[in-house]
Amino acid sequence: MTALRSDLAIIAREVRAHARILDVGCGDGLLMAALRDTKNVDARGMELNARDVATAVARGLSVVQGDADTDLADYPDGSFDYAILSQTLQTTKRPDLVLDHLVRIGRQAFVSFPNFAQWRMRLAHMFGGRMPVTEQLPHTWYDTPNIHHVTIDDFRSFLNERNIRIEGQWFLSGGKPRNERMANLLAEHAVFLLRRD
Amino acid sequence: MQNDARFGLDKKTLLLGAVQLDSGVAFAPVEFAYETYGELNADKSNAILICHALTGDQYVASNHPVTGKTGWWTRMVGPGKPIDPARHCIISINVLGSCMGSSGPASIDSSTGAPFAMAFPVITIADMVRAQAVLLDYLGIQTLEAVVGGSMGGMQALSWAALYPDRVRSAVIIASTARHSAQNIAFHEVGRQAIMADPRWNNGAYYGHEAPAAGLSVARMAAHITYLSEAGLTEKFGRRLQNRDAKSFGFDADFQVESYLRYQGLSFVDRFDANSYLYITRAMDYFDLAEPHDGVLAKAFAGTKTRFCLISFDSDWLYPTAESRRIVHALNAAGAAASFVELSSPFGHDAFLLDAPEMNRIVDGFLRAGESR
Repeated sequence: MTALRSDLAIIAREVRAHARILDVGCGDGLLMAALRDTKNVDARGMELNARDVATAVARGLSVVQGDADTDLADYPDGSFDYAILSQTLQTTKRPDLVLDHLVRIGRQAFVSFPNFAQWRMRLAHMFGGRMPVTEQLPHTWYDTPNIHHVTIDDFRSFLNERNIRIEGQWFLSGGKPRNERMANLLAEHAVFLLRRD
Repeated sequence: MQNDARFGLDKKTLLLGAVQLDSGVAFAPVEFAYETYGELNADKSNAILICHALTGDQYVASNHPVTGKTGWWTRMVGPGKPIDPARHCIISINVLGSCMGSSGPASIDSSTGAPFAMAFPVITIADMVRAQAVLLDYLGIQTLEAVVGGSMGGMQALSWAALYPDRVRSAVIIASTARHSAQNIAFHEVGRQAIMADPRWNNGAYYGHEAPAAGLSVARMAAHITYLSEAGLTEKFGRRLQNRDAKSFGFDADFQVESYLRYQGLSFVDRFDANSYLYITRAMDYFDLAEPHDGVLAKAFAGTKTRFCLISFDSDWLYPTAESRRIVHALNAAGAAASFVELSSPFGHDAFLLDAPEMNRIVDGFLRAGESR
């Protein structure tokens, strides 16, 4: 099995066995397949890219081609133990509405995203005077799918406004876990486990 | 199973049990023409029902007795294909109302000794499915590993899952819809009016006389346009002329596209009955899976354990992707295990009958995942 990306590995580790999960923006279904094979979960996925959907379905996964911005409304409240949004939040048109759906559909929700306030980003901005292009965010300003950059502190204050509770948080630098201290400055990625109050 | 006369090619049987039709009629006896490929396994868990489209038939993967052409879905069904007789017991049944051996308007009404013609009861997609269930009972098949169909076959697959959720483990619905739109009905009405305007139609009582071939041919021509895409037609024919260098300033088939459509119309009448065309298009027009559920499609699938796989094609304007998406939304709302993808093809609605490696890859993976459960 291909090794999971570090944020997915955290989610895969934390998900309860036999849970029902919805992976929004599931790509070709790597995380779903890993969770199915190791945790016996009942996994469903949604993905925009037709080729990725075809690959996921050919893997035997239940994946529908759909758009997080428009196709989440039909899922009933609390119909999954976990709704998962990994590295997709920053690509949505309305991340706020997508997050509302996520914590509505899932009794809990995992959200992972690249932290735009990490010090390398700040340096590139402050001293380079250019939009940062890094390993985690390798796109140039004109072709990036990441249209809503977010920082860890932005995200926390958003959760606070929406009365969404943080039930777990993990931070990554260079693919390795790091502690919570000064995460907004030092972490490249964040993974949050959320629940609507 | 090898010596079981119920299984094999070109089978016909008359079953006495009545099919309770949506119109209120209890229809009996029912004649079934069907084919099976591959062996039913010991626990009878490998049966796959293939449902055919409007003018399709049971000859999915064997030569058509009238046209001599190879089966209509050999790209999907056959050795090494996603639906494989080495692995599956494949069943295909000529639908109720059709004209390839199952009961339809051309069949003899035992109460009069003459063909039914317009005395044949009006049928629905659900009626076709109920009839298929009667034949499966006769074959001793309680549960289907999968029911698979494109276009009207997809409507049957959806209806199977809605009517007999416990008998269907997986359903594959390709280039289909959960209801006929006003535009769908409108095109069918053009076809029906063409048939009924043909004097030879004679209110359906033409058996033993010349069939309304001109009307049926026009009906087929109009329908055929809806199976193709504009881009496909443009690429294939453009404005090119047929076997001539200049326009005739008359009403010959000057354009290649006219000649092609005329050929499609003419070759169709040799293999299809005009009254069957009326009855089956009516069944499709009446199809709205949400209707018996207060218009809420999700209710048709409430609590279902069936796995669903839907595929649409981006150039299909007969049953566009939006219709598949509507089904997917309903399945999501019902909590069903659903897969869906829109594939790219220049060939319009007919794409599901043509080479589509991505479609085969998806169906293969979907079926195998169901088998390993």
